[in-house]
Amino acid sequence: MSEITPSQTVGPFFAYGLTPKGRCEWDPNGSYSWKNTVESNLVTPDASGTRIRIEGVVLDGDGLPINDCMIEIWQADSQGRYAHARDNRAPNTKFKGFGRSATDKAGVFAFDTIKPGQVPGPGGKPQAPHIVVCIFSRGMLRQVYTRLYFDDEPANASDPILTLVPEDRRGTLIAHKQPGTDHQYRFDIRVQGGDETVFFEI
Amino acid sequence: MSLIFPTKSLDAYPKHLSPGYKSTVKRSPSKPLMIMPHTLSELTGPVYGHDAIQEGDNDLTKQHKGEPLGERIIVHGHVLDEDKRPVPNALVELWQANACGRYVHNVDQHPAPLDPNFTGAGRTVTDAKGYYKFITVKPGAYPWGNHHNAWRPNHIHFSVFGHSFLSRLVTQMYFPGDYLFPYDPIFNSVTEEKARQRMVSTFDLENTEPGWALAFRFDIVLRGREATPLDNDEH
Repeated sequence: MSEITPSQTVGPFFAYGLTPKGRCEWDPNGSYSWKNTVESNLVTPDASGTRIRIEGVVLDGDGLPINDCMIEIWQADSQGRYAHARDNRAPNTKFKGFGRSATDKAGVFAFDTIKPGQVPGPGGKPQAPHIVVCIFSRGMLRQVYTRLYFDDEPANASDPILTLVPEDRRGTLIAHKQPGTDHQYRFDIRVQGGDETVFFEI
Repeated sequence: MSLIFPTKSLDAYPKHLSPGYKSTVKRSPSKPLMIMPHTLSELTGPVYGHDAIQEGDNDLTKQHKGEPLGERIIVHGHVLDEDKRPVPNALVELWQANACGRYVHNVDQHPAPLDPNFTGAGRTVTDAKGYYKFITVKPGAYPWGNHHNAWRPNHIHFSVFGHSFLSRLVTQMYFPGDYLFPYDPIFNSVTEEKARQRMVSTFDLENTEPGWALAFRFDIVLRGREATPLDNDEH
């Protein structure tokens, strides 16, 4: 057996390597010459399901926006299938289910994607639609993981993971549909403090 | 192959709050992380193949009209799992300062020159044996504002994907014998000496190309190993 390589912070200067085009959306000067490998728009033309946009801000322990953060998301397609060999229902579309967004000057990130379907959980019990969220930043020596659930999903009430979370903190994992929109959700991440987002030791 | 990802392996990681590195003070969770079972959502993860990259993406010395200044080096090694098996088709991304210790990032304004022939970003995908290789220049040390007279040791940032989203690793590769090691709170946030050494590349004379470039070997071990009968008994 071999021991793993320790994590180190992504630091303040990852953007030109990991999200070189990521800031174009926000800042006309926020682009670098290197190639984007992973986009913040996950939608592929052949993917079925409801197109959604997720936006949020990342805040530190003083409630200040973190403007040098990178968010990665991993999710199933609209039918609850992961594009991975371990999911034997692997989809035949190009939808990969993986995205990456840098935060802007105001600490805001955004993804365009498809609303995921339900995927099997422990003991075959279905999980409510959710997205795995991974956060990297200067000042974070290792990534932290959380989950995003949707406020318009009745299945949340019986989700095997969400129900493990104390009720008074469950709200930190819920993305809220924005009034006046059909498909825009708000998901803020508080890294530290009284209303700290629930992070998972996984 | 049905891998498991024991959280025990994370013991080698830095603590979220490592006050010597000041930015962790307001950016680390203050409440205990919640334990949860690994479901299909955690046991799967993004897969990138050779179609994600283009030829030459791993050579940082050939992205511009001329060659960058600095000491040309080869950085190579294997991406492995905890059973020392190769991780094939793993996307490896890298970014670094130039030979003067300056990043092209527009937030880096420290008074060292930019090199018009060097961006400092590269990417590749491991082959069937988990092998990867980059050609670049040795990054310089640079000052930062963490404490009085703070300087980062020479390092290259790595971003690696493995068998699942739990294998995801962002780390830094250091160079052997760096005199700044004792003073760097990021390097020393990994408190165990043996674990720290796993972030330090080794000088590789055998693969050094005569008259052309020094080689450094950096093997990367990601989370993930085969379940043993004992693990199965526990479930």
